[in-house]
Amino acid sequence: METKNEIILHGIAASPGIVMGKAYIFTKNIPRIDEKTIAHKDVPLELERLEHAVERSEKELQKILQLTEQKIGSAKAKIFEAQIMILADAVLFDSIKKRIQKELKNAEWIVHKEISKYQQLMLKSPDDYMRERAHDVEDVKNRIIRNIQQERLISRFDNNSIVISEILTPADTVLFSRNDVLAYATDMGGITSHAALLSRSLKIPSVVGLKEATKQIQPGDVVLLDGYTGTVIVHPTRETVKRCNQRKREHRKFEIKLGELRDLEATTMDGKVVQLSSNVEFLEEVNYINRQGTHGIGLYRTEGLFLRSDDYPSEEKQFAEYKAIVEKTKPYKVVMRVLDIGGDKVVSYDHEEENPFLGWRGIRILLDKTDVFLTQLRAILRASAYGEVWIMLPMISGMKEIRRTKELIEQAKNDLRGKNIRFDEQIKVGVMIEVPSAAVIAGDIAQEVDFLSIGTNDLIQYLIAVDRGNENVSSLYQEFHPAVIKTIRHIIKEGHQHNKPVSMCGEMAGDPVATLLLLGLGLDEFSVVPLILPEIKKIIRSVTFKEAEEIANRVLEMKTEEDIEEFLKVNLHTMVPELLLE
Amino acid sequence: MRGAGSVNNFIMIEKEVTIKNRAGLHTRPAAVLVKLAAKFQSEFFIIKDGFEINGKSIIGVMTLAAEQGSTLHLKFEGPDEETAAKEVIGLFERGFDEV
Repeated sequence: METKNEIILHGIAASPGIVMGKAYIFTKNIPRIDEKTIAHKDVPLELERLEHAVERSEKELQKILQLTEQKIGSAKAKIFEAQIMILADAVLFDSIKKRIQKELKNAEWIVHKEISKYQQLMLKSPDDYMRERAHDVEDVKNRIIRNIQQERLISRFDNNSIVISEILTPADTVLFSRNDVLAYATDMGGITSHAALLSRSLKIPSVVGLKEATKQIQPGDVVLLDGYTGTVIVHPTRETVKRCNQRKREHRKFEIKLGELRDLEATTMDGKVVQLSSNVEFLEEVNYINRQGTHGIGLYRTEGLFLRSDDYPSEEKQFAEYKAIVEKTKPYKVVMRVLDIGGDKVVSYDHEEENPFLGWRGIRILLDKTDVFLTQLRAILRASAYGEVWIMLPMISGMKEIRRTKELIEQAKNDLRGKNIRFDEQIKVGVMIEVPSAAVIAGDIAQEVDFLSIGTNDLIQYLIAVDRGNENVSSLYQEFHPAVIKTIRHIIKEGHQHNKPVSMCGEMAGDPVATLLLLGLGLDEFSVVPLILPEIKKIIRSVTFKEAEEIANRVLEMKTEEDIEEFLKVNLHTMVPELLLE
Repeated sequence: MRGAGSVNNFIMIEKEVTIKNRAGLHTRPAAVLVKLAAKFQSEFFIIKDGFEINGKSIIGVMTLAAEQGSTLHLKFEGPDEETAAKEVIGLFERGFDEV
């Protein structure tokens, strides 16, 4: 075998770990509709794939329809209804199935051929309305094809592979994780993109923002991915592999040392106790966070369940999941953030907005879709009978939304009282401060609710007006921008003024460089990705609160992010020299 | 209203209809038509401008793009073709109850 030259690609480290495996190139956005001949014996499997794909497509469309019906207007909703009817067209699918059996071709090819026939006719029509219908038919065709390919993808994916993709949606990330993917490498995306967050909570090493990985890596290439440094090495030499194994061992040793902190509190050397909790999206993570020595869950993202279901999860299904999380986390609390979809967390490909981050998302969707909201609130309230649960509201921009939500919570409570179902009458309700307007009126909000939690990812991007997922401007996304730090100080001060605890559940809470600063600003609770938790605990236990306060005061006087970051790094190195910072 | 047909086969019924409702054979009427046609065992075809589609297929009916005033040629063939023809033609004549 010829030796190939080592290629080193640099990206952004999104989730730590070092792994080596074969590249699996996942080009999802170009629907591949190649003509392929299939063996006679594979016909039943092919028909089964088709059937599953149609079923899944129907569920997806029903979910989209249910969620977006009121918002997008009945005209658009009718389009989805028409698409659902096409999926139920027995004549159409009979002829597709017969053609697969007769012509022995792959399902997506026949679906493409058969449906395109109608599409062509529609496109020929002089009528605008009909030409638009052709696009609907195109949509439904692509949906079926995509779902057939997804079926194929799962069956073909080799377990020990590294997925190389232009971009990964949260749904893809979850899909591969269920098939024991080794690591992810993507062309696009920044460190705080939702896929990066997810891969971290799933403990799958990943590197994002590689720009041209899908072009430079061929299927089956041996790839070494380093999620600590953000590098991907194609055809690594023996020396490179040796060096990486060495570093892997160092990391493991340090991680073992951190493990010894598990049962200790996050207390500073002068006795200030800080709550250290975890951000969680999946039930499966809870065992892991308990091993990491966490004090409960500071952010439970309820979207996980929603993303994994083809249709909208019922109250019972949600309740079962929430109850399991609450019982596993006992005696600590679980802060449940109500459904936060929209922004980059859009589930459907079909509801597109010019400006999703400024659009219909989070609490805005829930207050429009009160049936969906009430279902979730009842499920959460019911879970509160089994352990401590707090409710957290995302994307709050003003008081009206809070008051309306409180009315709905009251309504959900009344529903349960009417049925004699138990729940925690004193359940705490708080707000995720992530919209600048909410940050400014943090004091007023603190009087209205039981706690505040700073969501730095969105807060920073709204404050600096930078899209964290757009790599052209993502360098402007600065955690240590003086405006960000002054805003955080303001929120904490206002919360404390009204005796309400202030936590942080954004990425920044899990950045070791920020720990001393946040501690000094008086943050009561850090909710972090479980993976980093022991390191944050180590830092907190290595300093006094007084030292941290001094550091924070110095930082508040600084004028640029560069000065601040440098200052914090130097202090961290001096005070906690054993940290492995990359 | 009866076309040619042998004694052993079912006699095919053929009939011309005109679209009466304003919006034409758009999604809702297409759905109503397909649903009705599906109730019968008989085959049901629609011919427009020399193009023939299966009247039990929603995608086919949608493709016809039949606007108000256009003429369609209907064919029914099967054991219950008479009832099928009667009910389907009735639906066209009532302008899909929406006019």
